[in-house]
Amino acid sequence: MKHSRMRAHLAGILALLLAGGGPATFAQETHIGGLTGEASRGKQLYRRYCVGCHGPLGDGRGENAVWIDPKPRNFVTGTFKCRSTPTGALPTDEDLYMSVTRGFVNSNMPSWLPLTEQQRVDLVAYVKTFSSSFREEKPAAPVPVPSESAANQQSIQRGSELFQKMNCWACHGKEGRGDGPSAQTLVDNRGYPIPPYDFSGGTRFKCGESNQDLYRILMTGLDGTPMPSYASGLTPAQAWDLVHYLRTLQINAKHKRPTADSEQKHRSESKPVGEELEGRANRF
Amino acid sequence: MLFRLRVILLLVLVLGALFSLRQPAHAIPAFARKYSLPCSACHEAWPKLNDFGIAFRDRGYQLGNEKDSPIWQNPSYWPITMRITPQWHRESSSNQVVDTVPGNPALGQTFQNATTHGFDFGGVDIWAAGTLYKDISFSLLPSSDSSGSFHFENAFVRFDNLFRTRWVNVKFGKFELDNLVSEKRMLFLSNNGGFYQVYHYTPFREAQFRASGPSIVQFGDAFGIGDNQLGVELSGHSENSYTRYSVALLSSNEGNPGLPNRTYDGWASFNQGFQVGKLGVQRLGGFAYFGQRPTFFNTSLGSPVLGQGLGSKSFYRAGLTGLFYIKKLDFSTVFVHGWDNVFLGTGTAANASLPVGARGPSWNGGFVETHFTYSPQLVFVQRNEIVRMSRQVFSADPRDLGDVDAFSFGLRYYPFMSSRAGLALHTEYSFVRSYKSASPLPTSTSPFGPDLRASSVFVGLDFAF
Repeated sequence: MKHSRMRAHLAGILALLLAGGGPATFAQETHIGGLTGEASRGKQLYRRYCVGCHGPLGDGRGENAVWIDPKPRNFVTGTFKCRSTPTGALPTDEDLYMSVTRGFVNSNMPSWLPLTEQQRVDLVAYVKTFSSSFREEKPAAPVPVPSESAANQQSIQRGSELFQKMNCWACHGKEGRGDGPSAQTLVDNRGYPIPPYDFSGGTRFKCGESNQDLYRILMTGLDGTPMPSYASGLTPAQAWDLVHYLRTLQINAKHKRPTADSEQKHRSESKPVGEELEGRANRF
Repeated sequence: MLFRLRVILLLVLVLGALFSLRQPAHAIPAFARKYSLPCSACHEAWPKLNDFGIAFRDRGYQLGNEKDSPIWQNPSYWPITMRITPQWHRESSSNQVVDTVPGNPALGQTFQNATTHGFDFGGVDIWAAGTLYKDISFSLLPSSDSSGSFHFENAFVRFDNLFRTRWVNVKFGKFELDNLVSEKRMLFLSNNGGFYQVYHYTPFREAQFRASGPSIVQFGDAFGIGDNQLGVELSGHSENSYTRYSVALLSSNEGNPGLPNRTYDGWASFNQGFQVGKLGVQRLGGFAYFGQRPTFFNTSLGSPVLGQGLGSKSFYRAGLTGLFYIKKLDFSTVFVHGWDNVFLGTGTAANASLPVGARGPSWNGGFVETHFTYSPQLVFVQRNEIVRMSRQVFSADPRDLGDVDAFSFGLRYYPFMSSRAGLALHTEYSFVRSYKSASPLPTSTSPFGPDLRASSVFVGLDFAF
């Protein structure tokens, strides 16, 4: 009797400790390269660097969240913008690692490159503990990125036609300035307004800056935003054509791209975009 | 027994209550308002920078996420931080020469410990820093002493990422020399512990000459590695700021505006960080400062004409630095070698004869400063420091004349933080022993006194908003 009461007390204490300790740091394997992430170490780093925005529960409700636009990611839902995996799937460890490393342009999320690789892997391990999805599901296989086709005038012309056909202009605008007819109405999965990417600004993309990154964005979509995946609507060759055309819209891009000059030159030869489709603007 | 148990229980409850007040760490007031990042993102424990903070500073107070330029900020945003430290402190110095009977020097003098204590406060820093435009950053730091007398601790504009490379940044104005172990960001505040002895060391004889010289301006101000200087700096860094360099051309006036001495000093530093598995980033670096100071001035009716220093003589400081991390422990280490020209070392004008047998003094010194960061809100600090003369001005001088031993320890506890303000409970004890540096009794035939021992006890509330 005495022993059972003692056990009950111990169990109660244990339950209290677990309840007060925030999200349980269950065994969560995270591997990137030769590094293994440990959620317990990541938790300390999270408290130091991330908690102000993403909150102690990882729900994006940190004390600074109210001041931030766009709002911090809610890790609990397991929905992430930057993935190499198909839309609706969990990101890979590498995807999360790259997000931590790269940061998000035009947001309050900086690049955490000054942290060591091990620290970033540990952070990924801890971030994964916030969502039960990482326990219940495995990330899907990454969407393949085939070799890039030649970025010539024909490719750009085809890309221009796709930009029109796929209604990209409805959000991104005829010249890619993020001022399409639907732009003002877009909201993310939490109901917050979200502007489309302005290509003319020339900044890097949300999920990288290379042509491969742009291809990946088209094929995976940005989950949680109105930007859908075009994996079922575009062939790989078409996706590359679109990439080549989109690059011509970055008129203020400062970084040099191998085909930038030819793209700018050929852009003037492309047909105007959007006019004839204006009446049937499509919201994502 | 029961009483002891109650006391222990009470202690546990009090400590428990204290620690339960801990909240997620946040806040650098000026930059937190701009970026909504917790203060612990950039600081191990403010004001000491961590790796991310070093990179942020190197980028010119920019995160590089296209939201750095002021055009992105609410027009009412004002990049100002203020910091002040109300405190209670106790200061004690041994072997002070006092009259045996107060008010009656004729009856002789004796050594006595001088101790004082009470409530006090330090000066206020009013720090504005940020970006004027993308890739153009600035800092302006009017700072006062406790009497409210202001000076400009720093004032500079920095052009960042010139030629679109992070390896070319130019800073112009008054600024801190780029050094791996910053005295401006140290975690010690007391009178004896609040500066690095080795950064400001002046050989005993030289200090004596300065104190007894006809005019303090004769030799300019004593150089300090930790002091901000006036000039122009070229610096660069790798993307993660693990590799960093800086070179600077500086006026030979110890950062004092309005008193150019028509000569220039030079500074160079380099440091490299290494990722060492789970231990984190370990950094190694080196620095060198080559300077000169006038030994006499042009005079007008016998009075020195400011800015008209002549007979400049040289000095240098060279050192090695290291930042080492072992989990929650980190060590800041510095070694410095110093040398002053014999004219500076003996306070002799360059157009006069040197004392017989005089030599340029040189010395070595260094410290190991340890931090145990229990959490971003609680850090224990400790420092051991020594300075040893390697060559006295006169060979007959005692070998340990002017040597220094220093020791400090304390803790900083940040009971709460928000994204708009910071508060630290700072406690510290520090002790300094300066060999044979006390003044001798007037009746003594020796030019040297006994060792001087000084200590500080400090309890303060360091806050910024």
